[in-house]
Amino acid sequence: MGKAKIRIGCGAGFSGDRLEPAVILAEKGELDYLVLECLAERTIALAQKRKLQDPEQGYDPLLERRIRSLLPLLVQNKIRLISNMGAANPIAGAQKIIDIARELGLSISVAAITGDDVLAKIDSSWPALETGAALEKSGPIISANAYLGIEPIMEALQSEAQIILTGRVADPSLFLAPMIHEFGWKTDDYALVGKGTVIGHLLECAGHITGGYFADPIKKPVAGMAELGHPFADVFPDGSAVISKVEGTGGVVNLQTAKEQLLYEVINPYEYFTPDVIADFTTVHLSESGPDQVSVRGGTGKNKPATYKVSVGYKAFFLGEGEISYAGSAALERAELAGEILTRRLKDQFPDLRIDYIGSSSVHRSNFGHSAVPYEIRVRAVAKASSASQAALIGEEVEALYTNGPAGGGGVRKGVNEVIGIVSVLLDRGVVEPEVTIFTM
Amino acid sequence: MKLYNIAHSRAGDKGNTLTLSLIPYQETDYDLLCDSVTAERVKAHLKDVVAGEIIRYELQNIHALLFVCQQALMGGVTTSLAMDTHGKALSYALLEMEL
Repeated sequence: MGKAKIRIGCGAGFSGDRLEPAVILAEKGELDYLVLECLAERTIALAQKRKLQDPEQGYDPLLERRIRSLLPLLVQNKIRLISNMGAANPIAGAQKIIDIARELGLSISVAAITGDDVLAKIDSSWPALETGAALEKSGPIISANAYLGIEPIMEALQSEAQIILTGRVADPSLFLAPMIHEFGWKTDDYALVGKGTVIGHLLECAGHITGGYFADPIKKPVAGMAELGHPFADVFPDGSAVISKVEGTGGVVNLQTAKEQLLYEVINPYEYFTPDVIADFTTVHLSESGPDQVSVRGGTGKNKPATYKVSVGYKAFFLGEGEISYAGSAALERAELAGEILTRRLKDQFPDLRIDYIGSSSVHRSNFGHSAVPYEIRVRAVAKASSASQAALIGEEVEALYTNGPAGGGGVRKGVNEVIGIVSVLLDRGVVEPEVTIFTM
Repeated sequence: MKLYNIAHSRAGDKGNTLTLSLIPYQETDYDLLCDSVTAERVKAHLKDVVAGEIIRYELQNIHALLFVCQQALMGGVTTSLAMDTHGKALSYALLEMEL
């Protein structure tokens, strides 16, 4: 404790994120901590399915590649890694990391955090927050994971573990835990915990604050997008921070990127709920303090919720999909004819059948009166089905348009996917028992 | 003039709820946005997208508006039949609005 500053980098903002920005951060970022946030709402339910098929699986599919490239740098530069790549199986993930370390001739210990899996502790008759109906009405339940907070990560930080691997943890908590650990903040000092949560929220999507999901060549040009750098924050004991990125990497950190990210996925800026605090974003102040540098001050918080939020994964339906393209004269008219044919042949069996015209109105579900005739257009048919074979009918009908549909239809693609849905419930804190397991060489 | 000319936006999702920030390039345009981009006008503009209520938050501290739109993602990210299940592209639907 008693450091004047710590530096935390974020090298991944979702499971499929690029690998090399984290390597650059670990190599050149002069970091104290590296965080990899790799778990979206549905990712853990899919990981649970893999674990059911093979008890040695269920951690992030990219864990091995990420760790292999990072581990020597983490050891050399004495950086502690905190990541939710444990997904549905942090224990197996931690063992995998030990195996990789042994192979590379490196000596480390790894902490695995479990206890977020609460499938045995929920009741399928409980009402889902989203629907008000019993969980079991949504479909067969396959996973239930509570969003844990800072407590088990802080416990793991007390150990020698260089890598802390979690399952479901609230994203900002991955960043907040090392701040509290280093600065000795009290976990009920909600003003500070709120500030730390703001910093974590700004970092958690990695490239989102360095120009990713931001660049617009006309109004918001960003240089070097193909080599986008990921961010780090210098965090100070008073809960302020400066956000930046490694010099020489692509992208930009400025007021605009920081403002967009501060409000990203915020449902109520006065009350941003995490397991650690109800944070207030309406008192945050941002300013540019240098090239690619944004200073963050303010923000606060009150209390912490009495319950954990639990994401419940369920088998929802099979999605059948098919696409076909038309181009040149009367492309739109021919595409619309294809849409009429598909509707007539499928609507009775698939009442929620959706026909999209890609190139015209599929993405915004409207074209706001832009009536310019597209040179080419793609028809997409999609519907829910109760079985894979029924779902396949959608793509089959689209494919049949080759020989039975409008002139010049080409490029059919078809697919069937099993869809896992997510609903939520709240669970009393006392029921959830996070656990830290240390693995050594 | 389209909102696109004076402001930028980022879309986010939580379940079936869509969030859209609206941030003027010039902070001096914040009052103009507060006056002219009301929740009612956004609701009318996004009538084909947002089925539920829209709440507008004014963030004077960063000179930005936030629109929280209920029932906007055709059932929600995980089970939507939309092309863009997250609604990630919808920031630019808001920016199509005429001032």
